[in-house]
Amino acid sequence: MRSHSNEYDVIVVGAGHAGVEAALAAAKLGCQTLLLTSNLDTIAQMSCNPAIGGMAKSQLVREIDAIGGEMGLAADQTGIQFRMLNTGKGPAVWATRIQCDKKSYQFYMKRVVELQPRLSVKQEFVEELTVVGNRVTGVVTRTGIKICGKAVILTTGTFLSGLIHIGETSYTGGRAGEPAADKLSCSLRNLGYEVGRFKTGTPPRIHMASVDLSKVQVQHGDNQPSFLSYRTPPSFHVEQLPCYVTCTTDETAWLIRSNLHRSAMYSGQIKGIGPRYCPSIEDKIVRFPNRSSHQVFLEPEGRTTQELYVNGISTSLPEEIQLQVIRSVVGLKHAEIMRPAYAIEYDYVPPQQLHSTLETKRTENLYFAGQINGTSGYEEAAAQGIVAGINAAYKTQGRHSCCFARSSSYIGVLIDDLVTKGVDEPYRMFTSRAEYRLQLRQDNADLRLTPIGHQIGLVGDAQWNAFVEKRSLIDSEMERLHNTREGTVSYADILRRPDISYASLPSTRADIPFQVQQQIEIQIKYEGYILRELERIRRATFLDAKSIPSEINYHEIRALRFESRQKLSKIRPDSIGQASRVSGVTPSDVAVLLVWLKKHDSRRTSNQVRTDAGSVWGE
Amino acid sequence: MEDTIAAISTPLGTGGIAIVRVSGPSALAVGDAVFHSSRGKPSQFLTHTVHYGRIVQDNAVVDQVMLVVFRTPHSYTTEDTVEIHCHGGVLAARSILSICLQHGARLAEPGEFTKRAFLNGRIDLTQAEAVMDLISAQTQFAQTVAARALEGHLLLQIKTVREKIADLSAQLEAYLDFPDEDIQSVTCDTLSADLKDSTSCLQELLNTGPKGRILRDGMRVAIVGRPNAGKSSIMNALLGRERSIVTAVAGTTRDSIEDMVAISGFPVRLTDTAGFRYARGAVESEGIKQAINTLDHAEIVLHIIDRSRPFSTLDSELDRLTRRKSVIHVYNKIDLPRKLKLPIAFEERNPLDVSALTGEGIERLRNMIAKTITAECVGTSAVDVTVNERQALALDHAVACLTDAAKAITAGEGIELACHHLRGALNAIGEITGETTHEDILDRIFSSFCIGK
Repeated sequence: MRSHSNEYDVIVVGAGHAGVEAALAAAKLGCQTLLLTSNLDTIAQMSCNPAIGGMAKSQLVREIDAIGGEMGLAADQTGIQFRMLNTGKGPAVWATRIQCDKKSYQFYMKRVVELQPRLSVKQEFVEELTVVGNRVTGVVTRTGIKICGKAVILTTGTFLSGLIHIGETSYTGGRAGEPAADKLSCSLRNLGYEVGRFKTGTPPRIHMASVDLSKVQVQHGDNQPSFLSYRTPPSFHVEQLPCYVTCTTDETAWLIRSNLHRSAMYSGQIKGIGPRYCPSIEDKIVRFPNRSSHQVFLEPEGRTTQELYVNGISTSLPEEIQLQVIRSVVGLKHAEIMRPAYAIEYDYVPPQQLHSTLETKRTENLYFAGQINGTSGYEEAAAQGIVAGINAAYKTQGRHSCCFARSSSYIGVLIDDLVTKGVDEPYRMFTSRAEYRLQLRQDNADLRLTPIGHQIGLVGDAQWNAFVEKRSLIDSEMERLHNTREGTVSYADILRRPDISYASLPSTRADIPFQVQQQIEIQIKYEGYILRELERIRRATFLDAKSIPSEINYHEIRALRFESRQKLSKIRPDSIGQASRVSGVTPSDVAVLLVWLKKHDSRRTSNQVRTDAGSVWGE
Repeated sequence: MEDTIAAISTPLGTGGIAIVRVSGPSALAVGDAVFHSSRGKPSQFLTHTVHYGRIVQDNAVVDQVMLVVFRTPHSYTTEDTVEIHCHGGVLAARSILSICLQHGARLAEPGEFTKRAFLNGRIDLTQAEAVMDLISAQTQFAQTVAARALEGHLLLQIKTVREKIADLSAQLEAYLDFPDEDIQSVTCDTLSADLKDSTSCLQELLNTGPKGRILRDGMRVAIVGRPNAGKSSIMNALLGRERSIVTAVAGTTRDSIEDMVAISGFPVRLTDTAGFRYARGAVESEGIKQAINTLDHAEIVLHIIDRSRPFSTLDSELDRLTRRKSVIHVYNKIDLPRKLKLPIAFEERNPLDVSALTGEGIERLRNMIAKTITAECVGTSAVDVTVNERQALALDHAVACLTDAAKAITAGEGIELACHHLRGALNAIGEITGETTHEDILDRIFSSFCIGK
């Protein structure tokens, strides 16, 4: 077998949203990094909707940005429409969504990875992992080249045994126009990984000129755009494009019902489980028969293209029916489909097989991130990518592991949910998944995480200095508001009143930027809630900080209930906190584990075999 | 890092003294908040000293107690510990516990004091297995009991309320998480009405559910009878101590006298009433009014009849007044010759011969009361009291959360804050029903709303 001349510290397989963040993080942390993709022209491709952010997702992107990731900058720089969602509700559920120019986004990311020192980007098709003992040593490409790496991160998206369905036909493929990775999937099975099967889908794209724009509603972006990166200056300005809203008709419903047997989803052709929050139009019509109409959003795929993404009509009906369905939508009577909708089934690896570092429990130095872990969404993928990249880099450098607590971030919630509870449908982030939602806001992601990102080594000097300045402004102004009084009432108390904004205080500081004012308002108005949440966080952190040694044999702990022994043996949580969140594990099981741990610790200390315990960040 | 825990650490319902133990970093602060004495505060007391004082809540004295301070590391758990020794019986200890919980302590898990003792190195390593076994045994016992206590009606009611709150929560969460879908916001009025409904349901479970009330306040047992039938003697015999003034002069008890006693582990609120007679003085007729009032509120009536005296029509009158109650007829003074002849019309109910003087038959009377209580609230057993303390606490918490949610809505604070409180309520109820909320809410969202652009 031929070998690649170079040996890398970290090899990242796949250059989607997870792969790009993983590779950038590893390289920035000093690792010789190799990013492999089957197609250099589809780096960071938005295979589905041309947008970044949205509910819960914008929180994720801001967090990635706060620890030094790239996604937020890329979205801001290539945005064609900026909207802040949920402004009528409280700041904990505000969210920025940016429609992006799909091609520009790819070019932007391609350039960033190309210019990153210590990072090589190559077009290779990986078919196999090489493992010695229980440690990964590299990858083998389709052309038989063996590339050695100390750590490998798999970010395979929908490519593992991908199977595309359109109506009655199906063919293998990783995404429209690209081949599937069948052998890599086998390689994982051969290594002993349990593999599951999910389904997802994407709607058709239509030609803008074929749409009757007079019959659809126009949806403009915000006049004052908000951005996903803390590094994008408020003055950044681009011309925005509108999106359009329309709706299905009775004819749409009739067409779907009479052709249901021809849908790959309903004919039984598709076995994988699809996401409930992103149902096909077939699903919507069947499951909600009383609704006369469903919303359809038309979103431009870029500035220079005429392609419109038809948000709301994901389907696996045959192409000729798709056309009829599309043309039954208000304003789309003469629409031309440029790319048909399709459904895709792919393999994922149930993520309970991972540590919170995203390293696999079975193979040392092997990491998984993105859809391979059963998630969906660019932002969820990128979040895992950066965590896998950091941990792979640290591991090869002999440094401690780095996990994010649920209380610190949506990143923490995401990974903890994955490795603790697993997934039974493609996992998407919702704000309702975060128990500390009032604290985990998009406005304070930098306050929560930039110090951590700085400590990790991903936050550059410019970002750090700007952050420190912002933080000290917030602190000094908060102090002023608490200490300045109007009569007997402090300014802080005045600001607490529902109708009072910072600007309407008796005296304000002119030199304070809008973001800082907003931060101060939110902190003061939410103060009572935040304090109580911090108290809950403090308690939860205590258990998260207690790590469970990997050699634990749950079956020997007879005080644990039988059911708990089995569940814990299967999931093998990294910490007592994680164990407490395994479904069915009771507080008394946790108490028993604490006692066991204490006993074990005393024994271990006396034998002088102490392994380096991982640290939990963001407490 | 750990929080402060509290529990009643003596068996409930028996013994003359009950101990409430508080352990953890703020144990002394909790002590300061609940204990009142002219000699100072627990945080000023030396370790291993005993102090006399009062537990006061809302300016009312709950009990007179002895308080012992153990400073870290010289306590069972090695943490700062305060022990409050109060009067035996359920009510005092429960009240004191609940006051401690209101002041920042958390109800201890089964075996938690021992667990802490071990974790803090107070107990030898060889005892670890024993500690783990203890924790799991106590929990399993508690769970069995909880499962039994929760069978049927109570659980059903709690689950119905939970359903309502979960639906409401799903509706609000969907509204928050899916701004682009055309999900209607719930109107303030509907929301407030729904919350009010759920709150009053839970409140009802807490207050008026027969079992809940009995476990909170004790089963009300009224002792009635003609003057000098020996009501006070029987009360004292049941209490096991002198409480009512007993004299040979008829009509000594002018006012109703009340005391708590545990009978087979049930909290019982015994009320001794003024003797039933055709009133002469104004004072006494007031007493008799009170007696009738007590009768009305009692769940169980002990109708004391002096067996050494002839039958009186007053007893027939009393019988008429107590027709709808659970009545035990007690024939007192069996140490004296029997002169009582019952008229044919008088229907004996659970008759029991006792002598308050010699104590004969008192044990049988206790058993009879216990049996009657069991019949009144089927399924209750002594241990339920502890389990239900936890349940009551959880329900209390849920009610507080729902109230906060309603306040947040009325004040226009925002749906996300209302949701925050609803989550709190669901978590609290989840502690009783064992259901987790998170995935459940998502399931509800996806089954009730057409989500997905």
